[in-house]
Amino acid sequence: MNELLNIGLIYSTVRTATPLLLAALGGLYSERAGVINIALEGLMLVGAFTAAVVTHYTHSPWIGLTAAIAAGVLIAAIHAVLCISFKAQQVVSGMAINILLIGVPALLSGAFFESTGATPQIPLHELLQYAPVVIAFALVPVTWYVLYRTPFGLRLRAVGENPEAADAAGVSVTRIRYAGVLLSGALAAIGGAYLSIGQSSLFTRNMTAGRGFIALAALIFGKWRPVQTMLACLLFGLAEALATQMQGVVRVPVQFIQIIPYVLTMIVLAGFIGLSRAPRAIGIPYQKEK
Amino acid sequence: MKLLREILFPLIAVLAAFLVGAIIVLLIHDDPIETYKLLIGSALSWPDGIGYTLFYATPLIFTGLAVAVAFRCGLLNIGAEGQLYVAAFAAAWVGITFGGVEGRSIANLSAWLLVPLACFAAMASGAVWGAVPGVLKAKFGSHEVINTIMMNFIALALVSYFTQYHYKAQGDPILQTVPISASAHIARLGKFIPGLPERIPLNIAFFLALLACVLVYIFLWRTKWGYEIRATGANPAAAEYGGISTGRQIVLAMAVSGALAGLVGVNEVLGYRYRYYDSFSSGVGYGFTGIAVALLGRNHPVGVVFAALFFGALKRGGLFVDIFTEHVSKDLVEVLKALVILFVAAELYFRGRLGRFGLMRRAKI
Repeated sequence: MNELLNIGLIYSTVRTATPLLLAALGGLYSERAGVINIALEGLMLVGAFTAAVVTHYTHSPWIGLTAAIAAGVLIAAIHAVLCISFKAQQVVSGMAINILLIGVPALLSGAFFESTGATPQIPLHELLQYAPVVIAFALVPVTWYVLYRTPFGLRLRAVGENPEAADAAGVSVTRIRYAGVLLSGALAAIGGAYLSIGQSSLFTRNMTAGRGFIALAALIFGKWRPVQTMLACLLFGLAEALATQMQGVVRVPVQFIQIIPYVLTMIVLAGFIGLSRAPRAIGIPYQKEK
Repeated sequence: MKLLREILFPLIAVLAAFLVGAIIVLLIHDDPIETYKLLIGSALSWPDGIGYTLFYATPLIFTGLAVAVAFRCGLLNIGAEGQLYVAAFAAAWVGITFGGVEGRSIANLSAWLLVPLACFAAMASGAVWGAVPGVLKAKFGSHEVINTIMMNFIALALVSYFTQYHYKAQGDPILQTVPISASAHIARLGKFIPGLPERIPLNIAFFLALLACVLVYIFLWRTKWGYEIRATGANPAAAEYGGISTGRQIVLAMAVSGALAGLVGVNEVLGYRYRYYDSFSSGVGYGFTGIAVALLGRNHPVGVVFAALFFGALKRGGLFVDIFTEHVSKDLVEVLKALVILFVAAELYFRGRLGRFGLMRRAKI
């Protein structure tokens, strides 16, 4: 057991937590503004795919990352238009985006690279192995500051808790919610990009493998707060890192470690470990009084 | 007029999805008309096209119904995926444990007992897996969407554990259980229908799916429980005030929903693979497609059948698009699926718009 608890484990925990953290912080901006974002999975996928493709063609991971952010914002805009302007069911819209992003990258890579699902390998020196990690953890204090110490953060929380009051105070509910959802697209896309041009060197079909949902779980586990969310991401990252390291070493089936984040989230959501309360107006489209 | 409206909007959503899909096909330098001809045409040929379309539609009828029943109670069951995995494994477990499979059985039941028992196990385990988020919602108010998503992952992990460590044949490189007993098989329709070869896995479960539609209709619109479920979905506060225990209805709706999703296991295990095959519903699985089916079918059993046939045909056609076009892969089907959901989701807005011009009245779903 001792050989498991080493520097390598800490390193791989941080590495595993990074994409989760980026996506979870993205989800935080959207959900604190009152828009459910189960599209994180799809937003990560679009980031991962775009980053891999653009880096392949331009040989610059930074251009790849920028393109990924742009693509994330674009896809998040679909979610925003549907949920905020069209007042569609937010969960339904999110599901549709997840399905869309399973299909589109596979379709495009099939057409461009003659292999459905995978993009060409990117050489090692063109990868961003550390920058996204730094960005992710730097974003925690930034998010905390934005959320609790800036007018934008105050408005964001107000719009998610009590849109009527925010509206009466002259805040544009629509505009703030758009900002929240678009930000979530940008951050989740960075998280996805880290998977394809950081942790590995290509995009593979459905490479997020549910990480968007784990990020969502971490956000709930962290009670929609930046620092707690980071701790949750590290915990879930540790679970995954342990599961990987233990394969073949310890005779505990990996499946039991894999389910820890999900079980914990359900327990927290039921209020057994302190109540995890969602923003009050989450999921409810805002209808301006006439 | 109301019926027309109910049919018109889904059709518009489908057409809009195909239109956007055509643009994407053009962008990757292929011919959309040729692609759609392949997509639709190959699904309508006899016997393979129609046989496979009906076979693919079968699980989608089950999951579409599952999502629809929950939706009628105001709940979004994103967990049909997990429910059907647990159920499929349970069906296989019964087929192995009570079917006289060498070294793994405690009984050797005849087909007359074994098949109903396996079906029951599938429904019951699906119902339990669905009821848990229902109970959590009713008791603690935790959101069923999150809990069903979590339980999808838990289901996948647990079932894969049992398969890998306890029910796999020794040395089998594929993650699947040993075969179930032959007396747990249900018949393929090729046995009864002249011209339909038996290699096509379309089986009795298709009729079970149609029967489920009728039963769901009766349940929702002709029984007290169904009425209370719909009342809870329409207006929980009013239902509670009217003496309906909304908590109980939530649990009931989720259990029924899970049982329906669980019936996918009957088609998959008893009628098709004759074993549990790990992650058989991968990619955009039956459970998630069920959301598209229910939405397009307007959460009504009749609509669900047509929507399931539509998506079943797309799945069949997708394979041909994959092979016979230069650039388009079968993933076009997933894209179309997503687009259909997006357009249906946006529909309420457009209804409101049209309503302003007096063209359509806002209808209750």
